[in-house]
Amino acid sequence: MNYNWDWAVFFKSTGIGEEIYLHWFMSGLLWTLALSLCGWLIALLLGSLLGTMRTLPNRWLAGIGSAYVSLFRNVPLLVQLFVWYFLIPDILPESMQTWLKQDLSPEVSGFLIVTLCLGLFTAARVCEQVRTGIEALPRGQRQAAAALGLTTAQTYRRVLLPQAFRIVIPPLTSEFLNIIKNSSVASLVGLMELLAQTKQTGEFTANLFEAFTMATLIYFTVNMGVMFTMSRLERKLRVPGLIALGGK
Amino acid sequence: MIEIKNVSKWYGSFQVLKDCSTHVSKGEVVVVCGPSGSGKSTLIKCVNGLEAIQQGEILVNTTKVNDPKTNLPKLRSHVGMVFQHFELFPHLSITDNLCLAQVEVLGRGKEEAREKGLALLDRVGLKAHADKFPGQLSGGQQQRVAIARALAMGPYCMLFDEPTSALDPEMINEVLDVMVELAQEGMTMMVVTHEMGFARKVANRVIFMDQGQIIEDTTKEEFFGSPRSERAQQFLSKILHHCN
Ligand SMILES: Nc1ncnc2c1ncn2[C@@H]1O[C@H](COP(=O)(O)OP(=O)(O)OP(=O)(O)O)[C@@H](O)[C@H]1O
Ligand SMILES: [Mg+2]
Repeated sequence: MNYNWDWAVFFKSTGIGEEIYLHWFMSGLLWTLALSLCGWLIALLLGSLLGTMRTLPNRWLAGIGSAYVSLFRNVPLLVQLFVWYFLIPDILPESMQTWLKQDLSPEVSGFLIVTLCLGLFTAARVCEQVRTGIEALPRGQRQAAAALGLTTAQTYRRVLLPQAFRIVIPPLTSEFLNIIKNSSVASLVGLMELLAQTKQTGEFTANLFEAFTMATLIYFTVNMGVMFTMSRLERKLRVPGLIALGGK
Repeated sequence: MIEIKNVSKWYGSFQVLKDCSTHVSKGEVVVVCGPSGSGKSTLIKCVNGLEAIQQGEILVNTTKVNDPKTNLPKLRSHVGMVFQHFELFPHLSITDNLCLAQVEVLGRGKEEAREKGLALLDRVGLKAHADKFPGQLSGGQQQRVAIARALAMGPYCMLFDEPTSALDPEMINEVLDVMVELAQEGMTMMVVTHEMGFARKVANRVIFMDQGQIIEDTTKEEFFGSPRSERAQQFLSKILHHCN
């Protein structure tokens, strides 16, 4: 292959003020991080709530949980994104439409919609992980907590969830990595996150290979950072004297 | 103290308990035995409402357990229960295991709960292990902690579901010793166990169950002297033979 690699491209001016292409990547990275982290926050909170609901004796609550999972796990992420982005805003009440489409800048409203979409999509997956974690605990734990007089809420908060979360840190890490990677769908609705900036740099400079190599490195580094942090967390929370929770 | 009146229970179409009636008076120690699958665990779990019953009535200290209006968590906080597999909370230290329900359920202060917990830990001979985690203790030690955890709630009766059957033989006695001491202090106890030595030593009555029915409900003397039913005789000869 006769390609002239030119790594200096990142330091070339974009033609807009003092800006160089590296700045585009940095701003893309910030959007990617913001989308992923905010989406993850929604996913973790909602997913934990739904996962807990699915293990409750109350049929209605468990039913809501499983209906949610069926809906959000069986429709492709891109379809969900287009529905949230192109359809839902039009059926909102008038006042919310004005707020979303006029009061907010397109960037911010796009960010809110994509964050919500990523969060709700990933919540279904977190829900299943949390449910699995709770169900992996010996039945006797729930009974022992109840026998001491703990209410269902206390039992979950103090006994079941702390154990379940320890079990599911590894699969939750995968979901965290997924949401970072999935955030690249935002480029399809015009949000200038990392992938969009990469494509734009490629188009402006014709240095497509360098641009995508850079993007690959950035995604890789961010995800390695997440993996490292999560495994430190796992080690920190490890219970002395316990090899693996949730046998029996 | 515990009244069980004509209790029946079904799992789907399978009847686990068939018209069971018995009682445990204050200060009494009642041993429940019988072959595997006869419904012993189910019966004892009905007493604190861990399992629901479909027919009959269970009273604990005049509170009706199977009444939808009964505050079950409150009732359970006064009925200690010890499980076959200990069921200590593995993510909490021994001290926290002892304190959790005292603080959350009884609303005791942290310091008071800790003191009470440590005093009971001392009583079961494990004071030195207060800062360890359950996974770092032997089975026998874990079960003694579990007993201390139940006692920390100041229960007016204690339920034991085969507390020694998951233990290695050399650890059985350390747990039985604690239970014997408890019985001798006058604790009201309902104990599912096949440890006939324990029954001989401290039981007031022995209940023999088979296929969901209470077949015998007699004094210890009568039970070991001459069980009336053939099933009980067979069972006794089998486990006594097994023990020797
Ligand atoms: N959750 C359940 N669903 C259906 N059947 C059950 C359930 N729990 C127990 N059973 C059945 O009820 C019967 C009585 O069970 P139980 O655990 O009370 O027996 P047990 O006398 O304690 O036996 P073991 O000595 O083995 O502990 C058994 O046949 C068991 O298979
Ligand atoms: Mg049993």
